[in-house]
Amino acid sequence: MSTHPHLHRDDPKDYLHCEYGIRSWLFTTDHKRIAILYLVSITLMFFVGGAFATLVRLELITPQSDLLQPETYNRMFTMHGIVMVWFFLIPSIPAVLGNFLIPMMVGARDLAFPRINLLSWWLFTASGVFVLITIFIGGVDTGWTFYTPFSTFYSNSYAVAAALAIFINGFSTILTGLNFIVTVHTMRAPGMTWLRLPLFVWSNYATAVIMVLATPVLAITLLLVGIERVFRVGIFDPALGGDPILFQHLFWFYSHPAVYIMILPGMGVVSELVTAFSRKRIFGYHFVAFASMAIALFGFLVWGHHLFVSGQSLYAGLVFSLLSYLVAVPSAIKVFNWTATLYKGSVLLATPMLYALAFIGLFTMGGLTGLFVAALGVDVHVHDTYFVVAHFHYIMVGGMVTAYMGGLHFWWPKISGRMYPEGWAKIAAGLIFFGFNLTFFPQFVLGYLGMPRRYATYPPEFQVWNVLSTAGASILAVGYVVPLFYLFWSMRYGKIAPRNPWRASGLEWEEADSPPIKHNFEEVPTVTKEAYHYHEGVRLG
Amino acid sequence: MAGAALAVPFWPPPAAQSATAVDHLFIFLLAICGTVAAGIFITILYFAARYRRRADDEIGSLRPSPLWVELTWTAIPAAIFLFIFGWGARVYFSIYSPQVGALQIYVVGKQWMWEVQHPNGQREINQLHLPVNRQVQLVLTSQDVIHSFFVPAFRVKRDAVPGMYTTVQFHPTKAGEYHLFCAEYCGTEHSRMIGTVTVMEPRDYERWLAGTPRGEPLAATGERLFTKYGCVNCHGNIAPALDGVYMKGIGLADGRVVTADDQYLRESILDPGAKIVGGFPNIMPSFRGVVNEVELQALIEYLKSLGAPAAGYAGEERRPRRPVTRP
Amino acid sequence: MVEAEPVGPHHTPLREQFEALGQQREADTLGMWVFLSTEILFFGGVITSYMIYRSLFAPAFHIGSGHLDLVSGTAMTVILLASSFTMALSVHAAEHGLRRRLMLCLALTLVLGLAFLGLKAHEYYHVYQERLVPGSRFHLEGPHAREVQLFMMHYFIMTGMHALHMIIGAGMLIFLITYAARNTYKNYTVEICGLYWHFVDIVWLFLFPLLYLFELRTR
Repeated sequence: MSTHPHLHRDDPKDYLHCEYGIRSWLFTTDHKRIAILYLVSITLMFFVGGAFATLVRLELITPQSDLLQPETYNRMFTMHGIVMVWFFLIPSIPAVLGNFLIPMMVGARDLAFPRINLLSWWLFTASGVFVLITIFIGGVDTGWTFYTPFSTFYSNSYAVAAALAIFINGFSTILTGLNFIVTVHTMRAPGMTWLRLPLFVWSNYATAVIMVLATPVLAITLLLVGIERVFRVGIFDPALGGDPILFQHLFWFYSHPAVYIMILPGMGVVSELVTAFSRKRIFGYHFVAFASMAIALFGFLVWGHHLFVSGQSLYAGLVFSLLSYLVAVPSAIKVFNWTATLYKGSVLLATPMLYALAFIGLFTMGGLTGLFVAALGVDVHVHDTYFVVAHFHYIMVGGMVTAYMGGLHFWWPKISGRMYPEGWAKIAAGLIFFGFNLTFFPQFVLGYLGMPRRYATYPPEFQVWNVLSTAGASILAVGYVVPLFYLFWSMRYGKIAPRNPWRASGLEWEEADSPPIKHNFEEVPTVTKEAYHYHEGVRLG
Repeated sequence: MAGAALAVPFWPPPAAQSATAVDHLFIFLLAICGTVAAGIFITILYFAARYRRRADDEIGSLRPSPLWVELTWTAIPAAIFLFIFGWGARVYFSIYSPQVGALQIYVVGKQWMWEVQHPNGQREINQLHLPVNRQVQLVLTSQDVIHSFFVPAFRVKRDAVPGMYTTVQFHPTKAGEYHLFCAEYCGTEHSRMIGTVTVMEPRDYERWLAGTPRGEPLAATGERLFTKYGCVNCHGNIAPALDGVYMKGIGLADGRVVTADDQYLRESILDPGAKIVGGFPNIMPSFRGVVNEVELQALIEYLKSLGAPAAGYAGEERRPRRPVTRP
Repeated sequence: MVEAEPVGPHHTPLREQFEALGQQREADTLGMWVFLSTEILFFGGVITSYMIYRSLFAPAFHIGSGHLDLVSGTAMTVILLASSFTMALSVHAAEHGLRRRLMLCLALTLVLGLAFLGLKAHEYYHVYQERLVPGSRFHLEGPHAREVQLFMMHYFIMTGMHALHMIIGAGMLIFLITYAARNTYKNYTVEICGLYWHFVDIVWLFLFPLLYLFELRTR
């Protein structure tokens, strides 16, 4: 991010070069710089979480516990979950790409509350420091789900510190969501009607609604857990007549919608990529846009499907199962519409498009296996097994991380002003796709065979599948490290990016420089066209 | 591997009626989802190749997105989903709905072992011996954190929750030894909270019953505890008599009528003031911290042995703990 | 309404991301509404938990509620309603640029808010003396003592969270009064802070019947 004399930028006012010095970054209110701050923070956290995953996978090469003692292993998978969920997946696309793009896509100079945006990042950093401290003093072994009464009375780890980190992190998420909602409502440029919004904005808007309405429930729930743990008395304590299942209801009332925080933005990215690399208006704009809102809405009504075997009433299970199938419908609609968009398009398989197509495939796998776990009878068998682990990694990693990588490559010219090296990028994409499938497909088999999750040791007959999975994980790890190098490399040596290298539609490509100036546009644009107006031609410079 | 082929398991052995039921649904799902996934993958690959960009400035052709197309691919998946939902629900109810005449076995999970009590007095740790072709009902609870009783070969699991009784049913169909896992993360030794379920032919099972050193029958233990804790001193004179109490409708002091199921009996031992029987004073001390979960189950088994309503236990799930209120 | 365009805003700067003051005002107001929707869910979580336990352990919650002072609870409710009224007057004064009246009303609101907090603190002390604080010191004779702890747990968490919001609101009022004294207030800032204050009052209007009026319902 430093400056280089040989850059020959005619315009020194672009957001990367308009101010210098560490203060101009740490106290910036520019949404683009804050996006970069988030990019750096979550990349760090991604590799921290990845390191835990590596240790987990290495331990599972053999059935016995040899690399890690079970006590350590339990901390590893817990920290992997906590770091990846709250410190990578939830902020990933919204806080990095959303922060960078939403103001530009709606035609605004910044988010509605730039200082609150900066506060979000500071809160995120504070919570990140907290979680790193928690790791260094010994970590936490409750699982990322903090189930009571284990987390409140039985765990001998730093559950309160971890809960506090997540509590603070929650404020960061809420404030980001609030900023997005207000921005989309009040900051749209003249002519930018709701139905002209890019689908990336729609999906992030839906995400923001979930962030604002679900996260506070997590906050109060973790507060209750903290109180119970510190004061040794609380409302989930069975000794007082308290109900540990109530904790699960409250936890999943947040955490199931949170799953949609972790996938909706990815769907938004893929809608942008598929249209840009087919040079075609998306098939069924309204259906894709409203599907996002439907997912956000129904997402609040399905939390009980995490409790099918918990002792929840059978009839409650019935309702939650039915609603879970309802929420699958809009996801299916999206997959069909993306596929149909390719029809008679002008398809270019550049790296972002490879990621987009991989997303559709992997998300389809994750979504279809969701039908298995939503089926009450099947869930009784696969609940809490590796089948579930594989299912949600297909959504979270195969879906969200893939979309994030695709989006990062697609908008990299806009963010950095430089092109990434296409050849290396394709190699990395290939490694990630292959490594991912080799890691997680065997886990479906393991799950149906009955291997429970969170097991440090396992019966020997499961070993072959575990070895395959670990082999895949090592390839996947390489696949994720490679982009780190070439993206850094490209910031200095990459080809200088034109304003609209992909000939894509959208205000960020057609109206803003690469990289954009501090206030995004010379003057606020007036919008006269629909989104994805490829047939009417796009502005190149 | 010279010669000796490494046994790579693909499918868990089906050893109960529930296993067959789950397998059938699973195979149906594999077939339908596999078809859909293959269809989408092939379409994507075909479109990507067929409509690949041939010139740098080529533009995709504007296609309308007709409403009927959208509605079609909304309605068809929705219909299929409903079908899967119905099937899944059927299997679920067949696994969790209690059935009359099942062999009742009590299981307590604790960090980190499974403690099993048979009605005839056999006690096992991390072992469960069952006869083949007999409906079995487990009554589960936990002494500390949440555990989950999971037998992959039966395709069933059920959480064991502290402060609550949960049940699970199965009908083993094939003799053999099968894995027993704890599926709900419960702390350090979670992955070692495992055991074996041994399903035996009736004759072997009889031999096992006879050959296993057993204490007294569970109900007898309960009776002994009933005397030891002095219950016998009051019940029958200044406290309600307990003959045939199990599954009886109990009129409470506040006018409600509750069914004396396992959960009610448990609560009345641990927290006697919670639901007081009409016409009796609230004088019973709490036995919380005095009797443990294993003893509780023995006491309840004893109360059941005092004669139960003829219909037997065919109630619904024991949750919610709020008793059924009749006007 | 005296006039369509109020005397204010005094020194309302247009922040650089906005095009017009109207847009800025709209964004700020919507921001507060969205924040309040978050708050609803925050309190909603613990109120849900309370409702569930109350239905499970009605007799115990009855006893617990009986240990709270209905008179002091009613007084707190009246005080808060009055503070909402003075807050509404503040908003009206701000819109019409009546600075002295604005300061007076804000100060009254602050005093009423602090009175509420004082009564609350007194009630906490009373509960503490009765040894009804859940935990090892908890002591209560009679049946249902165990579940009464659950009631008291909810009581402390719900009213504690509410009191915390009152303290934040009081701090906000002090800022507003300072701004008004320096004549640097924006008229709609008062309105937005008013939204928050009313919201905190409304939360109390749910907590009061839930916690204190249990007795009346079952009588």
